Amino acid sequence: MIRVALAGNPNVGKSVIFNNLTGSRQHVGNWPGKTVEKKEGYASCDGEEFYVVDLPGTYSLTAYSVEELIARDFIVKEKPDVVVIVVDASNIERNLYLVLQVLELGVRAVVALNKIDLARSMGVEINVEELKKLLGIPVVPTVAPRKQGMKELCEKILEVARRGKEAPLPRYGRELEEAVGELEKILSSLELKTYNIRWLAIKLIEGDKAVEKELEKIGGSGKVIEKAKRIRRRLERKYGDPEIYVINERYRIIQDIVSKAVKSARRMTVSDLLDQAFLDKYLGIPVFLTILWILFQFTFIASTPLVDLIGDLFAVLSEHLSGLTGNPYVDYLLFGEYGVLNGIGMVLSFVPLIMALYFALSLFEDFGYMARAAFLMDKIMRKLGLTGRTIIPMILGFGCNVAGIYGTRIIPEEEDRIIAVVTNPLMMCSARLAAFAVIAAAFWQNAAGSVLLSLYVAGIALAIAISLILKKLVFRGKVSPFIMELPPYQAPSLRVALTQTWMRGSLFFKKAGTVILLGLIIVGVLAATNASTFAFTDNVQNSLVAALGRALQPLFAPLGWDWRLIVAVVFGFVAKEIVIGATAMLYGVSEDEFASFIAQNYDPITMYAYMVFVLIYVPCVASIAAIKHETGSWKWTAFTVAYEVGLAYLLSLAVTVLGRALAGV
Amino acid sequence: MTGFAPIARVFPLAFLPEGAQGVVREIRGGLNARRRLYELGLTEGTLVRVVRSMGPGPIVVEVRGARIALGRGVSMKVLVEVMG
Repeated sequence: MIRVALAGNPNVGKSVIFNNLTGSRQHVGNWPGKTVEKKEGYASCDGEEFYVVDLPGTYSLTAYSVEELIARDFIVKEKPDVVVIVVDASNIERNLYLVLQVLELGVRAVVALNKIDLARSMGVEINVEELKKLLGIPVVPTVAPRKQGMKELCEKILEVARRGKEAPLPRYGRELEEAVGELEKILSSLELKTYNIRWLAIKLIEGDKAVEKELEKIGGSGKVIEKAKRIRRRLERKYGDPEIYVINERYRIIQDIVSKAVKSARRMTVSDLLDQAFLDKYLGIPVFLTILWILFQFTFIASTPLVDLIGDLFAVLSEHLSGLTGNPYVDYLLFGEYGVLNGIGMVLSFVPLIMALYFALSLFEDFGYMARAAFLMDKIMRKLGLTGRTIIPMILGFGCNVAGIYGTRIIPEEEDRIIAVVTNPLMMCSARLAAFAVIAAAFWQNAAGSVLLSLYVAGIALAIAISLILKKLVFRGKVSPFIMELPPYQAPSLRVALTQTWMRGSLFFKKAGTVILLGLIIVGVLAATNASTFAFTDNVQNSLVAALGRALQPLFAPLGWDWRLIVAVVFGFVAKEIVIGATAMLYGVSEDEFASFIAQNYDPITMYAYMVFVLIYVPCVASIAAIKHETGSWKWTAFTVAYEVGLAYLLSLAVTVLGRALAGV
Repeated sequence: MTGFAPIARVFPLAFLPEGAQGVVREIRGGLNARRRLYELGLTEGTLVRVVRSMGPGPIVVEVRGARIALGRGVSMKVLVEVMG
């Protein structure tokens, strides 16, 4: 089996090439211990099997970002047989920077010169033969969405894998070469099987911390590290920072290659025209908000019929199957209201929602609009300590936090992504809106709208506050400078969007499904077990969860809650849709009478505080599963649940105490 | 930029109006930001053109045939010699 790695800048069409090669034989997961997506798959060409890994899209191969480290560690340590470097022909100069860095690693490589049609339409002519000669590796022009050049690419991969010759290493200026030579001499005396010595030498001159650390583990490396330090000092005196000196050396070679192989007469393109419209000073933001509204509508409207259908189907199925086992306890756990079957229905019902979201996001990302959206929103969001792209998951969170949390994938920086994930549950989702609408209407009639609005605003304000605190305390106020490529617009690939949607949807079912089911079973057991006999009970009043509610009552006494409200909150952990139903059931009133019942038995301040609590404490078990899935860490998941419950309690207490003081009750 | 037209001068990129071109002379600021600018092809000696400037805010520039967006903070630290 030939092992192939795809490397390339973001937005060069790498995923389309990956899809072309592997078809449906692919798997999406995460890189071990990271939140970065890993795509791998199988392809066959001329009867040879390929194993293909799509490395994260990067501009460089330094040790400064998770994505770059993943990409280069894979090449260095896993040693793929061939590295395919996907290059955007319309932007070849910048793309060659990564090509040189990959070649420095001493690998067998092929360049896929993608978007060659776009380059031509922009007036960029590339002499492929010349480029091949200058780089010393095969160069295959491709147009990925039309599958042009795929066969040739496969053939070249095979050829390079069989011939087994590494690409020539790029040669830099005399002074840098001398420095590299000095280090190579010492390095060659060490036992360094995994590494290309020349690459190590270059990285040491750049002062690459990860490489230094790796070397320190190897005996007798002290001398070479010392020597590297001296060389760095020498270069620094002459040229300033050695790392930037090396970068400049790479660009010098690139300039040389470009001057020989590329003729460019840049013309105005459709992409430029689109930018004039989308980035308009006055219309840019309204257009963005409109697009966002469409995205939101699409996600929820496209998925709602399926979501409802799946939910109903499982409810009916549960009803029909109940009584099947003969054992009421098992029966309740399997087919009851909070049972396993309903749980599976709930997990499944999220799948269409997530798929619709991913599909829409993938199209916009592919089109090139997401980067523009980030640019437009950056100024406002930055004032709030957030990056521009955070606006998208925030808005999606108003529909469903699970969708919002998965939407954070579009934020490239890991830290900003974690902040966005952890604060997303504070966005008031549609399930909470439905529950609050009942309560608000019961107490405030005409002012109900303003009350709901105040809750929306409270959620947003808290999300911003928590983001700022996390940024300051946990991530030590590192505000990443806003530097972002705006890739040329392109027609999004339906095929890529659909495969990615399918992969991610099924991944959610597999990964989040187990966490959700576990949560449901726990609640089911609590509700169906008699607190004193530990036998089955169909009367919730006697169940463990009721006992839990009564036990917690002293804690919630200052808030003026009855144990039933506490139990409803526990049930709300499953899904916010059921809070009202559960409360009504506990009081033994029908859902229709519930509004008038609660208005007679509770005062508005207590109920407002109750809504504040329900708004802030954990949205639902599915969102917790999503947080775990997206952060890849139980620590962050536990943190989110802990801060939310704590904050919910403190704020609803504050509302109660202040409200009563102001009202003079 | 008519007032400065006869002589080329060095300004922060943030001050350039839309459509103006210049050659990058110096990139100040932290190594982190500089490194990222270099990766995207914005190095000393390259020609940049301002495509969009949102008043005092982020800007979009064209460099080596690609478009990149820069925040206000970054664009203040890129010094360019304006082409008359």
